[in-house]
Amino acid sequence: MKSRNFARQIFTCMFAVASFAAAPGPAQAITLKSVDITLPDSDRDLPDGPGLAAVQGNCISCHSPGMILTQPAMPKAAWEAEVAKMRNVYKAPVSEKDVPDIVSYLTAIKGTK
Amino acid sequence: MRPFHSRSLTRRGLIHRSVAAGLAAYALPAVLPAWAKSTVNLPLPGGPDQRDITTAFPQKGAMILQRTRPPLLETPFDVFDRGVFTPNDLFYVRWHWAVIPNSVDVDKFRLNVHGAVNQTLSLSLKDIMALPQIEYAAVNQCSGNSRGLFQPRVAGGQWDNGAMGNARWTGVRLKDVLDRAGVKANAVQVRFNGMDEPVVPDAPDFMKSLSIDHARDGEVMLAYAMNGQQMPLVNGFPLRLIVPGWYATYWVKMLNDIEVLDSPDTNYWTKTAYTIPDTPHADIKPGQTNVPMVPINKMVPRSFITNLSAGATLKAGVSAPVRGIAFGGDTGVKQVDFSADGGKTWQPAQLGKDEGKYGFRQWQTKFTPAAKGDLTLMVRCTNANGEAQPAVPNWNPAGFMRNVIESTAVTVA
Repeated sequence: MKSRNFARQIFTCMFAVASFAAAPGPAQAITLKSVDITLPDSDRDLPDGPGLAAVQGNCISCHSPGMILTQPAMPKAAWEAEVAKMRNVYKAPVSEKDVPDIVSYLTAIKGTK
Repeated sequence: MRPFHSRSLTRRGLIHRSVAAGLAAYALPAVLPAWAKSTVNLPLPGGPDQRDITTAFPQKGAMILQRTRPPLLETPFDVFDRGVFTPNDLFYVRWHWAVIPNSVDVDKFRLNVHGAVNQTLSLSLKDIMALPQIEYAAVNQCSGNSRGLFQPRVAGGQWDNGAMGNARWTGVRLKDVLDRAGVKANAVQVRFNGMDEPVVPDAPDFMKSLSIDHARDGEVMLAYAMNGQQMPLVNGFPLRLIVPGWYATYWVKMLNDIEVLDSPDTNYWTKTAYTIPDTPHADIKPGQTNVPMVPINKMVPRSFITNLSAGATLKAGVSAPVRGIAFGGDTGVKQVDFSADGGKTWQPAQLGKDEGKYGFRQWQTKFTPAAKGDLTLMVRCTNANGEAQPAVPNWNPAGFMRNVIESTAVTVA
């Protein structure tokens, strides 16, 4: 515990220029320091199948394949509703002509058997 | 049929080492070599049940990867057995939109307060931290925590029970900030917006609103720290709205804009998304329509066994310790009861230290299985309002507010 506090003090000093502490209160003083991170890219692929190009071209810019791959099997009507929601509510710029391809792909890999 | 040991981690050693490292997780390599890749199986009916364990997210430890972008990271359930406070690097993560700033300069950050106020504010972190500091423990739980357990299954983030966590939050009262701006008499709601943005420009920006009275209750907090440290960026650095007792959808991350409204908020995320059937337990029948909907709000009681996983083996005639966590929702835990016979009989559990009514409360008891065979263990929380977990699971199309009494199937050998 002691060594951790010591390490924290050193850390605080190192970042003293770009940080500041809260006014003393009921808790310990908190020091904030600037953060710069890089979020990882997805390394997962969608399975091959008819309509994959439409899914890759329309869906993956807003969410990585994991969103699709983790979904349970659902009826075609549920997938139609999902695609409609993405277009109408979340304003995904999916053209009308791509919708059947996307729905058939999703139903093929995630349809109720 | 999936094996019962479905929540077990295939490389437990790796997980435990990462977790034991705690704050030192910052020093771990950002990406593990391929040989170290591990998976977890979640007991989601019908699957898919396998998820990768990822250590690729900055400032985070080993998390269950639900989705990379925007991040959905679940807390491995064994974390909840280690204490009532969820470590920052293991606290679940949930974002709606993929445009998330990847850097925050603490000198340049500003929180803007505007709308129906006497004086518009632009506050630096230094300004905010100079206000009186408050601190309390509170559970942050996704509205859709446990969605993957709904039957029939519903679309959305397919969480097991790990889209929740409890932290000690430190910050300032929202009320103090609003008072400084001077709320006008015609104010009805306060709307909160963070630094995240949709990928598509005309998509609805993620914003949430609270009533003016709720916003000024003196409890709602602008937090700049969790568990005594600045929060990981993906958990909302540098400022997060804390709405104790309410679902996490209101706990806006990377909060940088507060607008006091003089008419009710009509934005999608407040008015349409995150609404629940206005029925007991937000429960309807699949396919049921024309149900009045209301915005999701207060949390409800839940409890879990944390030291025994489904499929665990106990010895007949030997006393077995059982423990776990409970929370009351929007109030404290009054009582936790344990059943070793599938809910036929119940015995009160002993409650651990009270760290605050909005936080997790540890519970423990023991029991001696009499004979060999299969047992269903259950745990039930009753909160300080007398509200107990229901015996039957709720269902709604968004997969919100699960709080059924959970069952853990074990074998006595």
